[in-house]
Amino acid sequence: MGNKQTIFTDEQLDAYQDCTFFTRKEILRLHGRYHELAPHLVPMDYTNDPDVKIPLALIVNMPELKENPFRNRIVESFSEDGLGNLSFNDFVDMFSVLSEMAPRELKAIYAFKIYDFNVDNYICKEDLEQTLNRLTKEELTPEEVVLVCEKAIEEADLDGDSKLSFADFENMISRAPDFLSTFHIRI
Amino acid sequence: MPRHKLIASESDVSVEVEDEGKDNEFSIYYVEVEENFEGGKEKQATRDGKRRRVRNSEVGRRASEKRTNEAGNKRAEKKHDKRHKTARKEGEKHGRKQRRKNADADEAEEESGKEKKNIKNERTKTLKLEDEKEKDVKKKRKKHVKNEEDNAKPEKTKHKDCHDMPLKEKKKKRKKPETISESESKSEPESQSDSDSESKDNPAVGVLGSLTPEELEKLKEAVDERKKLIATLRGKPWPMRKKLVVLRESQEFVEKYEGALGKGKGRKLYAYKVMMMKKWMKFQRDFENFKTACIPWEMKIKEIESHFGSSVASYFIFLRWMYGINMILFGLTFGLVMVPEALMGKPYGSLPRKTVPRGEEASAMNFAVLWDFGGYAKYSVLFYGYYNSQRAIGWLKFRMPLSYFLVGVGTVAYSYMVVIRTMARNANEEGGGDDTSFNFSWKTFTSWDYLIGNPETADNKFASITTSFKETIVEEQESRKDDNIHLTRFLRVLANFLVLCCLAGSGYLIYFVVRRSQKFALEGLEKYGWWERNEVNMVMSLLGMFCPMLFDVISTLENYHPRIALQWQLGRIFALFLGNLYTFIIALMDAIQLKRAEEEIVKKNMTIWQANLYNGTMPDNSTAPPFTAHPADVPRGPCWETMVGQEFVRLIISDTMTTYITLLIGDFFRAVLVRFLNNCWCWDLEFGFPSYSEFDVSGNVLGLIFNQGMIWMGAFYAPCLPALNLLRLHVSMYLQCWAVMCCNVPQERVFKASGSNNFYMAMLLVILFLSTLPAIYTIVTIPPSFDCGPFSGKNRMFDVIQETLETDFPAWFGKVFSYASNPGLVLPFLLLLVLAIYYLQSTSKTYKRVNMELKKKLQTQNEENKKKNKLAALKAANELEQQRSNSASDLGVNEESSSLDEAGHHRQAGHNGRFIHPSQHTQNSGPPVTSTHTTTRTPASRGHTSSGHLPGHPHQPQKNSHSKRR
Repeated sequence: MGNKQTIFTDEQLDAYQDCTFFTRKEILRLHGRYHELAPHLVPMDYTNDPDVKIPLALIVNMPELKENPFRNRIVESFSEDGLGNLSFNDFVDMFSVLSEMAPRELKAIYAFKIYDFNVDNYICKEDLEQTLNRLTKEELTPEEVVLVCEKAIEEADLDGDSKLSFADFENMISRAPDFLSTFHIRI
Repeated sequence: MPRHKLIASESDVSVEVEDEGKDNEFSIYYVEVEENFEGGKEKQATRDGKRRRVRNSEVGRRASEKRTNEAGNKRAEKKHDKRHKTARKEGEKHGRKQRRKNADADEAEEESGKEKKNIKNERTKTLKLEDEKEKDVKKKRKKHVKNEEDNAKPEKTKHKDCHDMPLKEKKKKRKKPETISESESKSEPESQSDSDSESKDNPAVGVLGSLTPEELEKLKEAVDERKKLIATLRGKPWPMRKKLVVLRESQEFVEKYEGALGKGKGRKLYAYKVMMMKKWMKFQRDFENFKTACIPWEMKIKEIESHFGSSVASYFIFLRWMYGINMILFGLTFGLVMVPEALMGKPYGSLPRKTVPRGEEASAMNFAVLWDFGGYAKYSVLFYGYYNSQRAIGWLKFRMPLSYFLVGVGTVAYSYMVVIRTMARNANEEGGGDDTSFNFSWKTFTSWDYLIGNPETADNKFASITTSFKETIVEEQESRKDDNIHLTRFLRVLANFLVLCCLAGSGYLIYFVVRRSQKFALEGLEKYGWWERNEVNMVMSLLGMFCPMLFDVISTLENYHPRIALQWQLGRIFALFLGNLYTFIIALMDAIQLKRAEEEIVKKNMTIWQANLYNGTMPDNSTAPPFTAHPADVPRGPCWETMVGQEFVRLIISDTMTTYITLLIGDFFRAVLVRFLNNCWCWDLEFGFPSYSEFDVSGNVLGLIFNQGMIWMGAFYAPCLPALNLLRLHVSMYLQCWAVMCCNVPQERVFKASGSNNFYMAMLLVILFLSTLPAIYTIVTIPPSFDCGPFSGKNRMFDVIQETLETDFPAWFGKVFSYASNPGLVLPFLLLLVLAIYYLQSTSKTYKRVNMELKKKLQTQNEENKKKNKLAALKAANELEQQRSNSASDLGVNEESSSLDEAGHHRQAGHNGRFIHPSQHTQNSGPPVTSTHTTTRTPASRGHTSSGHLPGHPHQPQKNSHSKRR
């Protein structure tokens, strides 16, 4: 890459900087990473906004996401079609939300989406079970999983519907001491 | 919303365009418009006469600037739809009232916009026809847009077309435009609530008219709103495509109307202000870009993060931060003290203080001496003693002593400022704190470290999460197992006793060693070997190395939870370091006293020597003192300041060396041994006893903090310290990065010392305070040496301020200063400060309390809600059961339904809750009634239909859930 070849126009870069928490250099770096994922698909020249999408399978193999137990959910949550195909816009969006500068509220919204496996806008027991199984590589016994799920819901559920709505989730996550430092990917 | 009025205002502008005689496309078009509304227009034309030119040029510029692309096309189409709808709405609404009067004119105007040929033919058509026509027009307009010839024109026509109604109303029925516009704006709440559509509407909507002050106000509000939207856009949870569209439109809007905002004489100023603001924003962004481009080691840290998770990386981020601070400190001392003295001060050898004494000359260039910062190093800009007390040096008349003093003060002040500011910022970012009420959910949702990108680390993390879950479950099940509490208590007391012994022992050892070294120094160091000369530093470094290990062993006695144990450990190491440092300082104070006594003797000898010299060389002439002795031969005082500086520099050097050597031996050689001896050893070295080392985050951070403390303490007496420290940090960044990547293994169990870095920051602050204390004490109380340093000849070091005030400032300034510094003023001022602190603290306390109360209230309310919901659910279930049983008895399928009810019971409770959002609850006093209603209906619509959407992606999740479920 580099500046010899124009990847974005100045207006585009400015627009991206207005819409994300990135600086010019980081956006260019992001484009480099995006291009790396599928060199034959992604053009180097983005000045005319080509409509390119990279499928989930490729993105999930990025070293940043590879070990993450929620990688598929992350990519799906940020894709516009919900299936995990990311355009460059979505890609930038994803890392912007996961960047260090993003505020807690924004991160909470997307964290909720990520943990909401069945996309019903609630984190219910199934979601929790899935989360737990991915976190522990299914090394907890089923009884333990059930216990943890029940406890978690009991703690965080404010309106008593035995699943977590976004309000519940936000209330819980906004007080978590480690949330900001762990829900963060450096690009 | 000022929409209505804005519309009117745009026509105004366009009319003005025509007025000015610009013959472009839309001027023709507006001629026709004008024909229709001569009467109304005239007034506006006169009223807005002043503003014309500006807006005129605006419009022209915009038209030229506009470049269409695909996105623009799409957007334009969307706009058409929206506009169309709103226009139709308006039409229906007002048309009923004023159809007779308006219809013809409306159409005519519209036509004129689109097809100039048949303007006046269709005046008699009714509203329905008008609607149809609008569709036609729309199609044509689409073509227009796709032509991409001139975007400005279609846009203009758009505005015209959809807002002609209000415009006309405004012009013809001047009496009640207010009410109409209001009712209209109310009639479109959906479009406004949806910020997307709003933003699409507005740029076009905002079309000008007669700008009365209040309209102007509204326009201004709208523009400000847009600006705010642009500023906060990055925090909006929308997909990027939408953000980009919104951004572009908002920017267009702002650009369009900002120029119209100023009025009268203020306009130019306003335009200027806007322009400057834009420039300033641009500059800020560039600067920000530049700043991030300058941040070093980003990639290194990322790599470490992905290998070791966020806690190890936090050390390196801290190190980088320290590096930044030291860079600034170095810049201050280097630029304002060392360089001026080296360039403009008297050269080496011109003064006794700038010359190596005759006795030391022979060994002054020896490496061993230089390594100890003796010899030539001692008599150089690196140390306090070299500086001359001459008030102003060089052709710049640089006030060297003043600069030296101010830099010393500024260093400390800057450090305080940075540390406190960082702490405040961290405190803002911190979560709620250690609420233990969310134990399980926090573990579930925040325990994965998203930074991890290394399989081994990931495996460790999985394992540690699993064990932590298991532990918590066990804890939860048998909440407290008190097995032999007496034994643990005894052990803990014992452990603390042992630690105290260690601390006291190490303190005594240091004191002993320092005293001994003074004895050596008095007898002359030449007789002793390397060890005797470096005893103090070596002992301190060794203590710092081995005592923490000892503490670690002792802490196994205590049987604390790892997190608590870590905190104890940190506290103990902190105490050890602090104790050592302070013993060192006390010993140093003793040394200072000794040196000062020595100095007195030298002073006396000096006069004798001078007299001898004087008498010896020129026995007869007593008028001019020639004083021709070589500076190296002049007897001189011991210069305690340089001695202090030297001590600190040596300490730093030896500390650095031990750190590096431990790194090499403890990490690298251990790793090499383990790796290569493993093949021929009787047990598994990699997983057995030595294994690979883990990175000790807390110990390293503490080491860094104490190192910094020494810098702060010694920087006044040795201006080279920040430079040395910079070098050290730079090297250790690379060395440690390498070591951590090549010979450490990821931690098996990560327990952060604290939720955020504020714990470390607090320690740094404490150290900063403790290290400035002795420095300030020596500056204030001990008189400077008589023959070395920038303050020589003065009674106290801070006298330099007084001197500057008297000689460099006008007399009145000194007077004012002396008044201001008199106790009668200073004391009340201090009192005021104390009062202010007290006030602020009490208010913050009150806020905290109010916060707590609110929290409590929220909690009780939530509990109440829970109860209510349960009750409601029960009730609903009963009702349902009754209904079911009724119907079932009718149909004769009793058994099934009852069993279904049992199963559905629980579920319904859940459904019920969903409809009562906590926020609604506060408003609705009687939710149970409504909720029962909903519950009775819900079973059919289980799942996603009524769920509240997240702020972004309003409709997508449903789609997904459909697709997923199938």
